[in-house]
Amino acid sequence: MIQLSCSDIQLNFGGVRALSGVSFEVRKGEIFAIIGPNGAGKSSMLNCISGVYTPQNGRIIFEDTDISSLPPYQRAKMGIARSFQNIALFKGMTVIDNLMIGRHLHQHAGLLQGGIYLGPARNEEIKNRGFVEEIIEFLSIQSIRNKIVGTLPYGFQKRVELARALALEPKILLLDEPMAGMNHEETEDMARFIVETNGERGITVIMIEHDMGVVMDISNAVCVLDFGKKIASGTPEEVQQDPHVIKAYLGEEDI
Amino acid sequence: MRCGDFKTSYAADMTIFESNSARIMLGLFLCLLFTVPLYTPGYVLDIANRIGIAVIGAVGLNILTGFTGQISLGNAAFMAIGAFSSGYLGTRFGLPFFLCIPLAGLMTAFFGMFVGIPSLRIKGLYLAMATLAAHFIVEFLVVKWESVTGGVAGLSIPPPKLGSFAFDTDARLFFLIFVIAIMAVLFAKNLFRTKVGKAFIAIRDQAISAEVMGVNILKYKLLSFGISSFYVGVAGALVAYQAKIISPETFPITVAIDYLGMIIIGGLGSILGSIYGAVFITLLPELLRLSTSALAGPFPLLVAKLAAMKELVFGIFVVVFILFEPHGLAARWHRIRNYWKIYPF
Repeated sequence: MIQLSCSDIQLNFGGVRALSGVSFEVRKGEIFAIIGPNGAGKSSMLNCISGVYTPQNGRIIFEDTDISSLPPYQRAKMGIARSFQNIALFKGMTVIDNLMIGRHLHQHAGLLQGGIYLGPARNEEIKNRGFVEEIIEFLSIQSIRNKIVGTLPYGFQKRVELARALALEPKILLLDEPMAGMNHEETEDMARFIVETNGERGITVIMIEHDMGVVMDISNAVCVLDFGKKIASGTPEEVQQDPHVIKAYLGEEDI
Repeated sequence: MRCGDFKTSYAADMTIFESNSARIMLGLFLCLLFTVPLYTPGYVLDIANRIGIAVIGAVGLNILTGFTGQISLGNAAFMAIGAFSSGYLGTRFGLPFFLCIPLAGLMTAFFGMFVGIPSLRIKGLYLAMATLAAHFIVEFLVVKWESVTGGVAGLSIPPPKLGSFAFDTDARLFFLIFVIAIMAVLFAKNLFRTKVGKAFIAIRDQAISAEVMGVNILKYKLLSFGISSFYVGVAGALVAYQAKIISPETFPITVAIDYLGMIIIGGLGSILGSIYGAVFITLLPELLRLSTSALAGPFPLLVAKLAAMKELVFGIFVVVFILFEPHGLAARWHRIRNYWKIYPF
């Protein structure tokens, strides 16, 4: 079943064309990788899906609803969560509070109830704290749960960002270079978390990643962008053999 | 000595107070606080009342500037709106104070949300300019709209009455002001334990990812302006009751700057810091006055010069705090407390 379909997405920044006519479809429950050289428009694509950018042209359909013109918070409400390439955590808050923001949409106590902190607001807070602790356990970040996020090392921050996105209980998860800047061990951990997220929680994952080993290992489908155009798509094996992809990555032999 | 974290439930981990002893200490402090009017002379009580009002206003400004990250120079204007609406409602319609104060707060909240609309497009210095513009518009209105504000002559405010009991002395006002201040502080403290308050902090730290996590930026920025202005409006209404006569000169731009000083020196994004800052900035001129009068004997010529130095000292304090303690008095307090907690290890 197709969960997310992007058709003919076109995004311009002034005269610069970041995406021109990109279309692809993501099936429910798969790990979908977007790859491509630097500046190919991968992050722009994710920004279009999560609503940070609004494309000039094209439609994004999520579970039979056209979300092309919805603001980001409404897309989050529909179940789209994401992480950022340059970590965009709430640096002044603790890990727990960061994850509690992920529960924002699942909490309903208003201003007055919250300010008085009795009955429903309190119970709701405790219930959601329970959920957050579950995710903390899932990603094994118990030891840092009360730390201020800005003080944590990079690898942990990346993990907290994944945790925050998971706290939203998304249907689809957009990960922008989840393994960037990580050492081998951290990369393996992160790959395992992504596979578990996908397998155990049944969350569809769209992932941008430069680590080809990881991409080929864990993804079910790959889409290759170059200069804002889709140049290939298919299973990892198909993509690896595609002459356009080889050309984009390695260049062409001059004869 | 407590040397670990032995909480067994999420509820216990989410309380405001770390331990029962902290709770008891605060209870004792509050009991002592309410005996202050019994043995304190009127002048000191007047200062105490101004501190109480400043606490409410500073917490309000901190909600907006410290927690949500929206700089506002409109604090004096918001206070003026609170004061004049409360005064107008009380004198013209004869409403009792327990209606006047919240209504003044609501009125200010609406105005604050209106002023906050540009915050969706502009931030930082530009927002400061927009709120500064709001200040001068309000100042102009207060002078010109004589039928409501009494113009330059001002508005004379009768003391708040509860039945036949009038809060007409500093001691009686003390109870009114501090009960409201304590409620205001508690409400704010709770607010930042729950959804709405955390959304404010998220907007301050990373607006884009807050929105991607489902926070409606438009709604929450305006809500922050609203709550903050409500607090400031209530503080303004209390200023009116305390000053008894309010005029355009009661709320000059320096009031707004004093409040910014309070939250910077106390600690941006800290409720406790707002309280420390309010106490500090309100006491500062009094302490300077005391020290100058002490020096009046030996150095009579110096006194005239020192008296003019309030602004200078205020400025120096703000600069020193920004340089050496950017997290304010609240952070310093935490550090001192943590040091003693594990002393002598």
